[in-house]
Amino acid sequence: MGGSTVTTPPKSSTAPPGSGVPTIPAVPPQPGRPASPTPAGPDVVPEPGPPRRTAFAEGVDQLRAAATTEPGRLRVIGALLALLVVGFGAVAAWQMTDRASAAEDVLTSSQPLSSDAADIYASLADANTAAASGYLAGPQEKPAMRERYQTDIDNAADKLVTAAANSRAGSESAKTIAELNKLLPTYKGLVETARANNRQGFPVGGAYLRAANETMQQQMLPKAEALYQRENQRLNSDYADAKAFPWAAVGLGVAALAALAWAQRRTFLRTNRVLNHGLVTASAASVVVLLWVVVGHTVARAGLNDSYDHGVRSLNVLHDARIASLTARSDENLSLIRRGADTTPVDGKPTDAYAVGYDTRIAELAAKLTRARSLADDSAGRQPVKDADGFMRAWKDRHGVAQHMNDTGDYQQARDKVIGVGKDPTSVCFDNVDAALKKALVHEQSEFQQAASGGRDALDGLPYGAAVLAVLAAAGAVLGIGRRLSEYR
Amino acid sequence: MNAQRPAGHLTQRPRARLRGWGGVGAMAVVCALALSLVPLLPRARSSGAPVGSGGPGLAHGRQAALEKKCPNGRYPQDQSLSPAGGGGGTANVDAIRTRGRLVVGVDTNSYRWGYLNPNNADGELEGFDIDLAHRIAGDILGDPAKVTFKAIPTSRRIDAIKDGEVDMVVRTMTITCDRLNDVAFSAPYFKTGQQVLAPKNSTITGYDDTLAGKKICSAQSSTALDNLTADKGHRIPASTDIGTVVPNQLDCLVKLQLGEVDAVVTDGALAASQAAQDPTVELKGRQFTDEYYGVAMKRTSQDLVRQVNRTLESYIKDGEWAASYQTWLHPTMDLNGRKSTSATPPEAHYQ
Repeated sequence: MGGSTVTTPPKSSTAPPGSGVPTIPAVPPQPGRPASPTPAGPDVVPEPGPPRRTAFAEGVDQLRAAATTEPGRLRVIGALLALLVVGFGAVAAWQMTDRASAAEDVLTSSQPLSSDAADIYASLADANTAAASGYLAGPQEKPAMRERYQTDIDNAADKLVTAAANSRAGSESAKTIAELNKLLPTYKGLVETARANNRQGFPVGGAYLRAANETMQQQMLPKAEALYQRENQRLNSDYADAKAFPWAAVGLGVAALAALAWAQRRTFLRTNRVLNHGLVTASAASVVVLLWVVVGHTVARAGLNDSYDHGVRSLNVLHDARIASLTARSDENLSLIRRGADTTPVDGKPTDAYAVGYDTRIAELAAKLTRARSLADDSAGRQPVKDADGFMRAWKDRHGVAQHMNDTGDYQQARDKVIGVGKDPTSVCFDNVDAALKKALVHEQSEFQQAASGGRDALDGLPYGAAVLAVLAAAGAVLGIGRRLSEYR
Repeated sequence: MNAQRPAGHLTQRPRARLRGWGGVGAMAVVCALALSLVPLLPRARSSGAPVGSGGPGLAHGRQAALEKKCPNGRYPQDQSLSPAGGGGGTANVDAIRTRGRLVVGVDTNSYRWGYLNPNNADGELEGFDIDLAHRIAGDILGDPAKVTFKAIPTSRRIDAIKDGEVDMVVRTMTITCDRLNDVAFSAPYFKTGQQVLAPKNSTITGYDDTLAGKKICSAQSSTALDNLTADKGHRIPASTDIGTVVPNQLDCLVKLQLGEVDAVVTDGALAASQAAQDPTVELKGRQFTDEYYGVAMKRTSQDLVRQVNRTLESYIKDGEWAASYQTWLHPTMDLNGRKSTSATPPEAHYQ
């Protein structure tokens, strides 16, 4: 960069618009690159040389000349056959490598990441719920609740690190993860300040908790949701890549086999010999590759479809159910903390926003559980969902009782029921629903793992096999034709 | 020492307040005040606190300077219905008795007024407003526990009454002329005024030019916000940023502690509650308005207004008001041994 010349007039950012000097078109200064030397002068115009024949044209001419004799024709046929078979092998290897790596990604990267993103969301929502429950319970907060909050925060932080390591720098996901990483300590700071103030009996602790809840609901959860959606998109596109039928490879394979068949028929017609060992070997190898590609991919596809239908779809529904249950629990707590301070119009009448929120979320939970049950394909998967459904019903009933107590002014009993010190508490139901859903999630995750790894394994060795067999086939074709050719010497 | 303090008090503080009225006028007022306070002395002594500069006499002496009259020529707090009047119809009170519960809109965030003490294992609300609500319920239903508390954000106090969500709002609600168009108020039960709250090391000295360029926080639909909006460019510099408006005054303390605002303007009573929760902030300058809290009810519930006024009269007379003040507000409002101007119940003047 040192020796940049100053022959041109010094650059000024605002060239006088009407100056008569023909100005060089303003090129923005190129960072890290010396200014281009003199502008292209008229002295370096390339000389148009005499018309020269290209190598390709010469080759065609030679081929044309060779094609007039049988050995020449055989040479051309041999070369084309070898080319076709090697091309088939290469395309098959390339396409199957693509699919195998996409299947590998589904199994080891995008599905775990999508699961992680769902986990980040659930952990954050659960931490917020635990913080709200702890506040409502006050001095009756159980140590388990505090631990749960801490575990959730730790879990979210861990998963954010994994997600960050797996996201491309500068991508939307990386940006979202960075924002979440910034918000997490902010949120935690607000919750801890709320705790410190609560201990001293200051209601400003409640105001801090509200600020924390707002940070969570309005900033962090929407970002976590966006991350989850993006990871899911990546998973879907990996699925699509892995399941795309290898048309090019199959097409070339059929073409190569047809060419081999034609060459053998030609040999048969001209020599009355039925078998040419080389060509037969080439055909057999090509058939094997073609069948391997088609069957292997079909099996892989079936495995992947299975992993999607019985794994990913179930997992998505179960994740949604878990989030609905967490939000319902959070609303149940907030309704008692806020005592109707937040309202939302229902039929024009202001109604407690969290009471409405609870009803909505529980209905959503019920719908998701029904769906999860229909998606579950074995009794091991159905049982935890069925359990969750039962616990959800009990929760709904008990919540109804607590809500009625609160509506008729018996705040005390309603609160006891919700925080878990009263008779038939709702907290137990929520914990049971959550535990059952977690169990179902673990089961579906292993179902997914099994089906998807089955699919991926179906493609094992296929790229290498295709390449090796194609080379074998090409060698066969060349040797077969060479044998015929030797008869002319 | 003890004998001297009340006297020194009486001459110093009013003089400071009435600066600009002229020395003669101030002395005349001081004499009148000293006389008017004589009957209060025994009671104040019996409660063990030194006699302060508060009292109905002083309140009325200051009204002219700090309060505005409504278009009907009366002060807003002097327009409630007499407990004695009314023609026997008690439809609204009867409805509450039939229901068996009094539904009261309160705040859950005002320290010592209406708040959820995080260390109260029962999760019951506590505070001065809560005591009053229990007393009103006791007088109507015979059991002070038969109250359903509903938390109402500052901005929804009037709508909650109009929509019939609550029977009444007991929630540090200032009686203003504007609000009288929408709801009916009881007689005043507490006297306060707007005040500035800022960090102790702040350059802000009060509701004045030192607010230039500062960010001020206030609650939505509060009298503080009304005042700030009206005074911007007049009593306070036009460069004051009053754009930070929150649902509850306590959210202002969060913002102050997080450094998002420089000062808070709210009722002195609530500002004192905030200062009590954070030793690094303090009240700056004097209260710059005179305001009275009242119990707000539906305009049509005349029998209920009279019922509440009856309760207030007996509540003040039997010493329960003072007891509640002593429990909740004395520790935060009567600082440095001085009795706050709010320490005495305001006098009721019915329409």
